[in-house]
Amino acid sequence: MYRLRVRTWRLVAALVVVNAALLIIGDALAPARPQPATGAGAPRARIGLVFDVGGKDDRSFNDVAWRGLVRARDQLGVAITTIEPSDGADREAALRQLAAQHLDLVIGVGFIFSADLERLAREFPDVAFAGIDYAPTGPDQPPPNLAGLRFREHEGSFIVGAIAGLSTRTRTVGFVGGMKIPLIRKFEAGYVAGVKHVCPDCKVFSAYAGTEPKAFADPALGQELALAQYEGGADIVFHASGKTGAGVIAAARAKGKRVIGVDSDQFHEAPCCVLTSMVKQVDVAVFDAVADVVAGRFRGGIRELGLADDGVGFVANADNAHLLSADVVTRARALAADVIAGRIEVPSQ
Amino acid sequence: MTGRARTIHLTVVALLATMAVGSLLMIVAGASPLHAWGQLLQKTLGERQGFGQVLFRATPLVFTGLAVAVPLRAGLFNIGGEGQLTAAALACAVVAAALPPGLPAPLAVLIATAVAFLAGAAVGAATGAMRIYRGAHEVIVAIGLNAIIAGVALWLGNRSLFVGESTRTATIPAAAQLPELGLAGSNASVSALGALAVAALMAWLLARTRVGFTWRMTGQGLDAARAAGLPVDRARVWAMTVAGGMAGLAGAHFVLGHKHAYEDGLGRGVGFLGIAVALLAQGEALAIIGAALVFGVLGQGGLAIASDVPKEMVDVLQAVVVLVAAASLGRRRA
Repeated sequence: MYRLRVRTWRLVAALVVVNAALLIIGDALAPARPQPATGAGAPRARIGLVFDVGGKDDRSFNDVAWRGLVRARDQLGVAITTIEPSDGADREAALRQLAAQHLDLVIGVGFIFSADLERLAREFPDVAFAGIDYAPTGPDQPPPNLAGLRFREHEGSFIVGAIAGLSTRTRTVGFVGGMKIPLIRKFEAGYVAGVKHVCPDCKVFSAYAGTEPKAFADPALGQELALAQYEGGADIVFHASGKTGAGVIAAARAKGKRVIGVDSDQFHEAPCCVLTSMVKQVDVAVFDAVADVVAGRFRGGIRELGLADDGVGFVANADNAHLLSADVVTRARALAADVIAGRIEVPSQ
Repeated sequence: MTGRARTIHLTVVALLATMAVGSLLMIVAGASPLHAWGQLLQKTLGERQGFGQVLFRATPLVFTGLAVAVPLRAGLFNIGGEGQLTAAALACAVVAAALPPGLPAPLAVLIATAVAFLAGAAVGAATGAMRIYRGAHEVIVAIGLNAIIAGVALWLGNRSLFVGESTRTATIPAAAQLPELGLAGSNASVSALGALAVAALMAWLLARTRVGFTWRMTGQGLDAARAAGLPVDRARVWAMTVAGGMAGLAGAHFVLGHKHAYEDGLGRGVGFLGIAVALLAQGEALAIIGAALVFGVLGQGGLAIASDVPKEMVDVLQAVVVLVAAASLGRRRA
């Protein structure tokens, strides 16, 4: 039998005292909160952003988006709020949380937000929405207050494929993808086409880390897949696998082989070995979306950013000059010009 | 009634302990606990949209909480809520999307809900049968089934069910979509009312019926119940079957009342959180409503103050609630 006695409530009393003390001490310790600015000092727009699986510090996709947002805050004078959802069910709730505050722009980073963004854009017509890597979920056009920002990853991948084809000594290269979805297939298709364009009889290995989102966050598996390709004769591997790519780069370092990074310039992950990176300017897309809202020229609809818009590209600078020969860079630039001019059709599947 | 006083006392202690740990974490994170807790309460209970989101989060927790509490009374531990929910949600979305157009809304909702209940119940029945007729521990069986169902659902989806470039199935027809409660742009739908009704039904079933009596007797003393001539084997399989159905209803809540499709990751973690809810509610069907609301406030509130405190804090706070509840259960046994 459990009876309530004075003794039982002593614990409660003690906890109340502890809590009161923590509240008072904590409030005294916390740095003063910035007062909401008014008048001339008010932010020019309020922007919210929700991160994808992996979160802010993934050193890849989310990180690049975050950089674009920080730049917008510093240069355009906007106020920013971000949320890192902890689980699947929280993603929509996080977007909704920001939309319900009637911010000027709410950004979802990742294809996974597409359906949620469509629905919220219809529910909150006064809020502008932008989806990075947006993938339409039906035949309908997205609502007018939703900008779907897509990248022509196959174009950038085509160029780094050509670089791999021109740089390989074993006439064998590899590809490691994260989650096997149409988005990552675009990287693979472009890459293979690029290799074959400059080296028709080169061999291309291809492997994926899995079919669920955690395939983007499994460095151990990435390392295994890359090691297998290096041991099979590949001397260059291109990865499109988010955090999993850390393992691919580690494998390159261990074997002293070359690797091609993705999304951001990954040279500093392994200065010995990162031949180049297929950069995807998510930061530019985020910054531009904010700038459009600030300037009052935001418009919805799907936009594809390719080589022509500097939405995708490859890295050739002083850092990687010791790995990437000037001839190869010249050829790659010429090929990029051909793609932009439509003289080369790059497959996306 | 001492049972109720006990539950209240436990809840108060759990909440105060949670608050203390949370305050400490906030101080470490450089936020003022006074301000953060104020914001958390204001944005969950102080405004319509936030409160609607709390209801929306609490609804599936009532179902998965019942999925744990009901078999617990019959002496079985159901940790298979995740798999039961996933199987039910996928079946529900596929059947609902295939319903003939022009079907009246109540009928469409009824059919889709029944499919979810039955799919979850089938998984629950399999778990119970493995335990009773093969002697396999239900916890081990449930772990296995959770993994199998997650894998099969993803494989089926990628192979044929997911549309276009997405990881979600086709949208279900409007007739099968549950109406929202209209709480200022929140997701709360009439499934919240369904959860209340089902919790009341389960409370009645457990307390007032022959079936409930058999379950409780089985849970309190297996051998005594068997000696008294009660059908303990059948009772335990049925308890697991109903439990699976409860978790299945959580799946229906997400498909019919929220996403209007099945998608990868739908309801992930809600099955496991149901264990915490049932624990805090001490297995009482009606107390589960309150416990689900507590976790609803924590989850939604954590999102509301996400810019001030690290996202892991809510996970830690939920775990503190569970620990206090578990420690207190242990003391009762001692």
